[in-house]
Amino acid sequence: MSTLEIKDLHVSIETEQGDKEILKGVSLTIKSGETHAIMGPNGSGKSTLAQAIAGHPSYNVTGGEILLDGEDVLDMEVDERAQAGLFLAMQYPVEVPGVSMSNFLRTAKTALDGESPAIRTWTKDVRSAMDNLEMESSFATRNVNEGFSGGEKKRAEILQLELFKPKFAILDETDSGLDIDALRVVSAGVNRAQETNDMGSMLITHYTRILRYIKPDYVHVFVDGKIVDSGGEELADRLEDEGYVNYEKTQAPA
Amino acid sequence: MANTDATTLDEGPDLLIPGMGEEGETLVVQQAENQPVEDEETKYGTSRADRKTSFNLADFPVLTGEEEDWRFTPLHRLANLHLPEGDEKLLTGAAPAVSVTEHDGVSIETVARDDQRLGSFMVPDDRTSAIAWNSFSEATVVTVADNVNIEEPITISVEGNSTDPAAQHIHVAVGANSRVNLVINQTGKAVVSQNVEFAVGEGATANVTSLQAWDDETIHVGSQQASLGKDSTFKHVVITYGGSLVRLTPITRFAGEGATTNMYGLYFADAGQHMEHRIFIDHSTNNCTSDALYKGALQGKGARSVWVGDVLIRGNTSGTNSFEKNENLLLSEGAQADSIPNLEIETGIIDSGGHASSVGRFDEQQLFYLMARGIPEPLARKLIVRGFLNEIIQKIGIEDVEAAVTEVMEEEIADLEL
Repeated sequence: MSTLEIKDLHVSIETEQGDKEILKGVSLTIKSGETHAIMGPNGSGKSTLAQAIAGHPSYNVTGGEILLDGEDVLDMEVDERAQAGLFLAMQYPVEVPGVSMSNFLRTAKTALDGESPAIRTWTKDVRSAMDNLEMESSFATRNVNEGFSGGEKKRAEILQLELFKPKFAILDETDSGLDIDALRVVSAGVNRAQETNDMGSMLITHYTRILRYIKPDYVHVFVDGKIVDSGGEELADRLEDEGYVNYEKTQAPA
Repeated sequence: MANTDATTLDEGPDLLIPGMGEEGETLVVQQAENQPVEDEETKYGTSRADRKTSFNLADFPVLTGEEEDWRFTPLHRLANLHLPEGDEKLLTGAAPAVSVTEHDGVSIETVARDDQRLGSFMVPDDRTSAIAWNSFSEATVVTVADNVNIEEPITISVEGNSTDPAAQHIHVAVGANSRVNLVINQTGKAVVSQNVEFAVGEGATANVTSLQAWDDETIHVGSQQASLGKDSTFKHVVITYGGSLVRLTPITRFAGEGATTNMYGLYFADAGQHMEHRIFIDHSTNNCTSDALYKGALQGKGARSVWVGDVLIRGNTSGTNSFEKNENLLLSEGAQADSIPNLEIETGIIDSGGHASSVGRFDEQQLFYLMARGIPEPLARKLIVRGFLNEIIQKIGIEDVEAAVTEVMEEEIADLEL
């Protein structure tokens, strides 16, 4: 059983007008096997939360803590956070020209495990994970995310999720840009990872659509850099009907 | 450049004010039309179409370093290959030794400078090329017969063994409908000005890689000019990593319609190395396609690269597709890359055309992505550099050469101070 604790997290970014605080005290605890949906309007800071947990250099943590099983995550380099068991499925996966998916996957797996995977089982694992995600075999020889469609990029993120077996996954708008078939395939991948590895996850989304496929244990409403409400699955249904307007009316219009 | 539209101008006489039409553009066009085009081009002197080509050295004055095509080259490092003291001298040093692998359907000759075939597919277009033309004593001629398919690469080994300023001429003719792989492998120490001419026959496919793997002290200026027959395909890959100063001017000209040229290059400049590549693609006939991609990685104090990509799509052509791109990765402080794509379109009837250029350091987003997958920073950086350079290596298409260049790249990357 692992625990990811976020305590009173404050994060700012540098802008031309000076530092701008985006996260204004976020607290959240996720345990193995749990799925927490983070829902909120555009610009509320959901992606900033994801990037800050992963350690993106553009985001400055100005206060608070992130602990993984008591270890200080903020003290770790980006690669160390991944090695410790955190995985960020990115909203905009980055193209890396000239580096093949198969080379990248093996290199990352080796770095995460501290030893290279056994060739025979690794090849089999990759192939079956690709089959499960309905990915063509040519995928492995293509360069990382290069020329991938939006749907292919998201599948590639979930492929990594299944192969790298993190303790916690942060899924940053994994549902955006997916058609209904791709959404079903990608959601099934997340559910498999959760069942197989007892993974905990933070599911960041605008829409309740993905929650039909990935059942959340908790739903949190995220507005203006903070969690303003938390509940069970029924909270998502209410958001679907009412939107965020009741939470936003105290905020200045965007 | 004036984009003259004859249809618009024909409406001119009915207008009250000369040159003033319903669209303001007409005035501009009219005014441009009133000036002799020659004046404009002489004034700016920037059109590649105006560049002099000649076998006569007197047509290329002694260099001052102010010339458009020499302004980035440190002339003091040319070891007099540009004859700074006048035209009388010749380059008399021993040219690098040439040997060529034997293949059925390929003849290899060493000929005197008066052989009629020499200079039939190229004309010098700068001073050093004209000096080389004036100076060489004998040339290597490689002739591939018509209708042969030679899978095994024809390898022209050029091995320098002297730093006396020398001149060299190599002539390669590929017969109609033949398919060949050809490698020019330049090694050793040399101070050489070199002309290489390629003729690609009708319907032929020539896949050429020129490796500049010289020793550290080598100074090499070279023109590599290709003339492409109807419906032929020419791939020219330049790999430059050895030598003190290398300045290459690869040129493709289209002698017939429907031909394709792919001009690729990779350079790896370390401390103190000057690597300059100036390509020229002359779209002078219809339905031809060109794709140029050069990539460079630079590291160390004084590592210097220059890339100029001149693409000229002449006014009498149609159906041209052309794209050129140069990307440079600066791996350390003190390295400098210049990148200048010049796409000149004299006709509005092209199918597609474009250019792109970049000089940059590491892409931080790529670095973040790889590190977020657990890959430590030094390894992530190497992956990115390797990937960046691989794009060109993958285009060589000759297995042994790709393997050899990959090995060189791995050595260069191993030394990276990241």
